[in-house]
Amino acid sequence: MGDAAADREGSKAALRNWMGEPRRSSGGQDQDDEEKALQLSLGLPGGGGGGGGGAAAGWRAPARDKDKHAAVDTSMLSLGYSAAAFSPCSSSPGQAKGSPAAAAENALASTNNASQTRSPNTPVIGWPPVRTFRRNLATSSKVSLEHQNGKKAAKSEETTQRAPFVKINMDGIPIGRKIDLNALDSYDKLSLTVDRLFRGLLAAQQEPIVSGTKECRQEEVEISGLLDGTGEYTLVYEDYEGDRVLVGDVPWGMFVSSVKRLRVLKTSDLSSSLTASGRKRTVAEC
Amino acid sequence: MGRGGSRASPAAAAPPWHALPDEVWEHAFSFLPADSDRGAAAASCRSWLRAERRSRRRLAVANCYAASPQDAVDRFPAVRAVEVKGKPHFADFGLVPPAWGAAAAPWVAAAADGWPLLEELSFKRMVVTDDCLEMIAASFRNFQVLRLVSCEGFSTSGLGAIASGCRNLRELDLQENEIEDCSIHWLNLFPESFTSLVTLNFSCLEGDVNITVLDRLVTRCHNLKTLKLNNAIPLDKLANLLRKAPQIVELGTGRFSADYHPDLFLKLESAFAGCKSLRRLSGAWDAVPEYLPAFYCVCEGLTSLNLSYATVRGPELIKFIGRCKNLQLLWVMDLIEDRGLAVVASSCNKLQELRVFPSAPFDAAEQVSLTERGLVDVSASCPMLESVLYFCRRMTNEALITIAKNRPNFTCFRLCIIEPHTPDYITHQPLDAGFSAIVESCKGLRRLSVSGLLTDNVFKSIGAHADRLEMLSIAFAGNSDLGLHYILSGCKSLKKLEIRDCPFGDKPLLANAAKLETMRSLWMSSCSLTLGACRQLARKMPRLSVEVMNDPRRACPLDSLTDESPVETIYVYRTIAGPRSDTPACVQIV
Repeated sequence: MGDAAADREGSKAALRNWMGEPRRSSGGQDQDDEEKALQLSLGLPGGGGGGGGGAAAGWRAPARDKDKHAAVDTSMLSLGYSAAAFSPCSSSPGQAKGSPAAAAENALASTNNASQTRSPNTPVIGWPPVRTFRRNLATSSKVSLEHQNGKKAAKSEETTQRAPFVKINMDGIPIGRKIDLNALDSYDKLSLTVDRLFRGLLAAQQEPIVSGTKECRQEEVEISGLLDGTGEYTLVYEDYEGDRVLVGDVPWGMFVSSVKRLRVLKTSDLSSSLTASGRKRTVAEC
Repeated sequence: MGRGGSRASPAAAAPPWHALPDEVWEHAFSFLPADSDRGAAAASCRSWLRAERRSRRRLAVANCYAASPQDAVDRFPAVRAVEVKGKPHFADFGLVPPAWGAAAAPWVAAAADGWPLLEELSFKRMVVTDDCLEMIAASFRNFQVLRLVSCEGFSTSGLGAIASGCRNLRELDLQENEIEDCSIHWLNLFPESFTSLVTLNFSCLEGDVNITVLDRLVTRCHNLKTLKLNNAIPLDKLANLLRKAPQIVELGTGRFSADYHPDLFLKLESAFAGCKSLRRLSGAWDAVPEYLPAFYCVCEGLTSLNLSYATVRGPELIKFIGRCKNLQLLWVMDLIEDRGLAVVASSCNKLQELRVFPSAPFDAAEQVSLTERGLVDVSASCPMLESVLYFCRRMTNEALITIAKNRPNFTCFRLCIIEPHTPDYITHQPLDAGFSAIVESCKGLRRLSVSGLLTDNVFKSIGAHADRLEMLSIAFAGNSDLGLHYILSGCKSLKKLEIRDCPFGDKPLLANAAKLETMRSLWMSSCSLTLGACRQLARKMPRLSVEVMNDPRRACPLDSLTDESPVETIYVYRTIAGPRSDTPACVQIV
């Protein structure tokens, strides 16, 4: 496999080979499921997983979606809404109980420490404190571990070894996001997800804070028409050959297996350069 | 320096130091490298302040919003090396909104204007755009060192600008950044005449690098000491690169996996054998056990080994590490397990820093046999061990007490028990006694992270004993306001405090408001704070900036909210620059 990657031509050939097949993991179904469980959040890593396409758009985004994990509910509770909190430690002996004030504080705490009631199996954003960088690594490490454990590595291993998240950048927004294409199953869902990932950022970018005058739940403009060229923005991707291609031309499965990076371009910028050169525009030119 | 004595002497015999010209002081201060010493000296009198400010060559700004870039330039006109840090530490774990701020651009612009002789620039957790990089390349005629750590916002095209524009570049050190790959051959943009490189680290870069170009660059930079490749560099190219740079001291290998070929193994082995000066090794992505023995000839010389990206495990890993007898620093995944750490304990008795990362942080079912045992063993046998970061799933008070007794020399102790609220797994008690033992016995402790089931008692102990503690991280701990009160009213040297998911409320924050001005920053998320407390705090302490962050969708003007409104996250820091003006909608300054 290293050999294939070593030789540019060789690796291209290998890529073409698996481009036609739908992406399969070399591991069993179980592993697939585990990975999905880890990856479903499209928000920052660790954001609770939802259903396919249930993209977590914001840094604390799961709170928005109704079908999210209990973790979210409890983290909302920890904001101060009282809960019938069971806390193993609030009953432990040896606390400073001496003063009435302390006792009162304890009483207050027991209504407030709902965070401690979080069920042990729900994911928590940002916990354990492992860098984004390592989270991807941890997921891909399983693959190579199984490889070492003697399972025969299938030809398609290369596809599973790459980071599960694909980067996506948008014109005019300095900060990129990451997206897990395996959690989606159609271009429509992709389009919705892109909207969720960038709508807030775009709004934040366009209007510098005027906190006094802003309305509650300010209206952010939906990012639409990404796929058919009717919107302000158009979605393109860079494939494994380094070429930039419009999203939507090939079947979804083929797209997922060949995409290396996504980009949301201003439609106005796109059309001029696309019409200027008759062929696929390479990224190096922009 | 006998200031008191000289003041007492009669004016006629004026102490010579009053009469000394500033130039002399400026020279004298050049022997004071530590920022804290220089700060103390500058605070003693006007002439020292003047001399110190004119002679300061290195400047570190721990929070980019604590002072304005222009103030920094005005105060220290002769600076040659600057380090600026941006986002709070919790940004590493995704707790800070993505558009929070920390743009490098204002700093670069001010530097370009005020410090044309700047030679070194480091940014950490900041948004560095390609424009910034282009400006750096164009503005400083003797620019030598660029270090970007956990930054984002730039692409390989910005790196290309650095490569083509900085003719005297010595270090290009890119650590854990998010870099967009524009598929340009940025390495190719180093001029053919360019030979000054000493450090080249692009290990965080995703995407391919032109090997031929890299090869030529490595060949002509004879002083190259540090080379860290990314995992797109295949194993069979490594041997060639190493032969071109046998003087290398620090190496980050690329991908360390390939099908086993005896010739490749021999080539690698002989290339490593040629690297007599190799001391620090990292990378080894996807390392396969078959090739690990190629390292054996350099093991003896290694002082630093970072295998925290290497998913190798089992006897091969243990055998390899066991040969590295001179290690001072070891980073590994928990795949090393307790038995591996037992070998570390017996083999590496010069170890100073140990980090053990989780291989499957979200998967409790993944059984890795790493417990308190491994850490106890290492602490018992490595007398120089002073810094630990340890992820595990099981811990006991007894183990912590033993560790504390074994190693009172800890300066950094970070223990992460992965599942929140995990008690001592034998006694089912909170881990208060264990962490209390750590702070009581480790008098020099500067950094501490606590985890597991903890009550307010542990904070009482930390507040009372951790006199030198500068940074404290708390998650899922405590049971009342008292916990926070103990910390803020104790911990004399505390600079940074970060807290998440703890039942700490308004009272201790307001009661210890003055303490916050002596600290660099406080982060609290998912605690029990109200907006009213933030308002009071901001009123009481005008030099503090109190930032409130709520979910972007629920962000609304603070004016419309009552004092009772809960606050999801606050970030409080002292600043002489006043409130910043670049907040996104989800961040509001009270």
